[in-house]
Amino acid sequence: MSVTTAEKTAVQTESRARAFRLWVTAGPGLFWIILFLLIPSAVLLGIAFMSSNDYGSPTMPLTTQPFQQVAGYSLLGWDDGNIIIFLRSLEQAGIATVVTALLAYPIVFFIMTRPESVRPLLMLFIVLPSWTNQVVRTYAWLELLGPNAPLTWVAHMLGLVPPDLGIAPGGFAVTTGLAYNYLPYMIVPLYASAERLDWTLVEAGRDLYASGFRLFWHSVFPQTVPGLLSGVIFVAIPAFGDYVVPQLLGGDRALMIGSLIANQFTETPDWPYGAALTLIMLVFTGAGLVAFRVLSRKLGGSGEATI
Amino acid sequence: MPFDRNVNSPTYLTPVPGTPTAGTPAAGPSPASSISNRGAISLTGITRIFAGTVPAVDGIDLNIEAGEFFTLLGPSGCGKTTLLRMIAGFEAPDKGRILISGREMQDVPAHKRAVNTVFQSYALFPHLNVADNIGFGLRMRGVKGAERGRRVNDIMELLQIAQFARRNAAQLSGGQRQRVALARALVNEPEVVLLDEPLSALDAKLRNELQVELMRMQKRLKMTFVFVTHDQHEALVMSDRIGVMSKGKLQQVGPVLDVYEKPRNVFVAEFLGLSNIWPIQNLGSGVVEMPLGKLQISASIGAERLAMIRPEKIWIYNDSQRPEDRPNIFRGVVREAIYMGASTQYRIEVAGGHFVLALDTNNISAERSWQPGEAVAVELKPHNIMLIES
Repeated sequence: MSVTTAEKTAVQTESRARAFRLWVTAGPGLFWIILFLLIPSAVLLGIAFMSSNDYGSPTMPLTTQPFQQVAGYSLLGWDDGNIIIFLRSLEQAGIATVVTALLAYPIVFFIMTRPESVRPLLMLFIVLPSWTNQVVRTYAWLELLGPNAPLTWVAHMLGLVPPDLGIAPGGFAVTTGLAYNYLPYMIVPLYASAERLDWTLVEAGRDLYASGFRLFWHSVFPQTVPGLLSGVIFVAIPAFGDYVVPQLLGGDRALMIGSLIANQFTETPDWPYGAALTLIMLVFTGAGLVAFRVLSRKLGGSGEATI
Repeated sequence: MPFDRNVNSPTYLTPVPGTPTAGTPAAGPSPASSISNRGAISLTGITRIFAGTVPAVDGIDLNIEAGEFFTLLGPSGCGKTTLLRMIAGFEAPDKGRILISGREMQDVPAHKRAVNTVFQSYALFPHLNVADNIGFGLRMRGVKGAERGRRVNDIMELLQIAQFARRNAAQLSGGQRQRVALARALVNEPEVVLLDEPLSALDAKLRNELQVELMRMQKRLKMTFVFVTHDQHEALVMSDRIGVMSKGKLQQVGPVLDVYEKPRNVFVAEFLGLSNIWPIQNLGSGVVEMPLGKLQISASIGAERLAMIRPEKIWIYNDSQRPEDRPNIFRGVVREAIYMGASTQYRIEVAGGHFVLALDTNNISAERSWQPGEAVAVELKPHNIMLIES
C-alpha cells in the first residue's frame, strides 16, 4: 500500500517537473507572442471594423466601411488610387528583389573566392551599413539623386530626367533606395548557402564540358536556390511595406502602401481605415508567403528556404 | 603459389625520362594522331608545388598505354590524386608536359579535354534525375534529343540502371550512385576515364563485386582507365599495370605481378603486402650473409643491400620432417599463429632471436597447423628471394 502511494507521489512529482520545464522553456516565447502579436492583432482587427469620428479616432458603431475605403469606395464613388498604390508597391518590391539578387550573386562569389581569413571582414562591410539608421542612409541617397545632385546632372545630360527635376523624388529613386537598403538581406542568406557549396559539382560540370554561364547555371546556381529563396523573402516582404524609402525618395507620384498606411495615423488621421489597410496588407503578405512556399517546394528547395 | 610461374616475367617498366614508348609522339601536338594511340597518356617531368610546401607531385615521367587499366597506388598525401587532377585539367602542372592521345594538353582547360572523371563522392547533380545526370555531358556538347536519349539508354542498359532513370540521385544507394557516376563518364566515350577512389565509400562485399565489374567493363569497352586508390588489394585485382607512388614520386611502375613479386624497394614491398626484409652482405657465388645465417639466392646480386621474401612463399615443416638435403632451411619455434580464414599467419622465432613471418594456406589437403611453442623449420627457396633497395 505504502509502495503504491510512494509510486503515485513519484509520478506526480515527475509530471509536475515536466510541466515546470515546459513553462520555463516555452513561457517567454509564449509571453512574447501574446503580448506583441496576438493582442495587437486583436486590437487591429477590432479597430478595422469601427467607425471613425471627426478626429479620425475609432468609435462605435461597428461597420465594414473601412474595408470599402480600402477597395477604393468613398462618398465620391470608386477611385483606382488604392489599386494603383498596391500594384506600385508590388512592382517596386519585385524590381528591388530582382535587382538585389542580380547584385548579390557577383558580390557573394567575389567574397567566396577570397582567402578564408578575409571573408568575415568583407561580410562585415556588407552588413555594417545596416547598423546605421535607415532614414540617415536614405537621406544620403537624396543627396546623390536630388535636383542639384551630381548623378542628376548626368541624368539631365543624357536626357533621362526633365531639366528642372531631380531623379529623386521619383519611382526610379525609390527602386534604387529599396535595392540599396535590402541588399544585405539578400547577400547574407545567399552567402550562407554559397559557403556550403560543393565545389566537386563545379568540377563535375567542367569535367562534362560545361563552362562560363552554363557551368554557373548547372552546377552553382541550383546549389544556391535555398539561399536565394530565403533572400527573396527577406527582401520582398519588407520592401513591399517599406515606408521610409518611398516617403523620402518617392514624392506624391511614387506613393507606396507603407506611406498610405502611415498617413492614416499622422497627416489625415483615420484609424479604422489605416487598420483595415494594414490587415489587408497582412493577408496579402501571408497569402504570398504560402504561395511562395508551395512554389519553392516544387522547385526542390528545402524547408529552410521559406523562413 | 599461384604467382610462381610468372616470377621470371619482364623486368620493371619504369619509364626513363626522355624515352617515350612506342605509339606516343616524342614532341609537339599532332592533330593526325592515329586511332592506335587514342587514349594513350604521356607525362613528362610533371611537377606540382602547392604554395610554400614540398612538391605534391615531383617530376613524374609516366606513359600509360591506350586501352590500359592503370592504377596509381599510394598512401594518402602521396600525390596520386593531384596527378589525376592534372590529367583531368582541374589543376595545372607547374612544370612538365601532358600528352593525351598524342596531343599536348597541359594548357587545355578541363571542359575541352576528352577525359571524364568518376569522382570519389560521385558528384551527381542533385537537381537532375539519373538520366539527365548521365546525359549532361552530351547535352553540353550539343548532342540532340533523340541521339542523346539513345546513348543514355544504351549505357544505362549496360550498367543495369535503366530502372532508375527517372529517380533522383538522393534516392539511390551507394552502389547505384557509383554506377550512375560511371555511366555519366562512359556515355561520352572519352579517350580516358579517370577514377578517383570511386569504391572507397562502399562496403567490402559491394566493393569486391564492383571491382570485378569495373575491370570487365574496361576490358569490354577498351577505354583507357586511370584508377586512383590507396587499397593495394583493389589495385592488384583490377589493374593491368600499377604505379606505386610515395612522396610525390613514382616508386615503381609495372604489371601487377611484377610490382607484387619483384618490388624494387622497401616502400613498394611493404605497401603491397606483408614481407620479410633482411639486410644482406654479398659473399659471392650466389650466397649472401644475413641475420638468419647464410642464404643461397638465384637472383644476380647487384647493388641491393636488402633481401625480401613474401610470407606465403615460405615453406613450413615439422622440425622432425625437415628436408636435410636443401639449402636455406632454418629451425625455429612458432611464437604466434593468427587464423585468418583462408590462411594462417605464423610468427616463427629462429636462431639468434630473429623472426620470420610465414603464411600458410588452409586448403583441404593441408590438415596441418602449428600451435605456438611447436618446433618447426622454415624453407626460403632461392628463387623466391628478391633483392631490393632500401
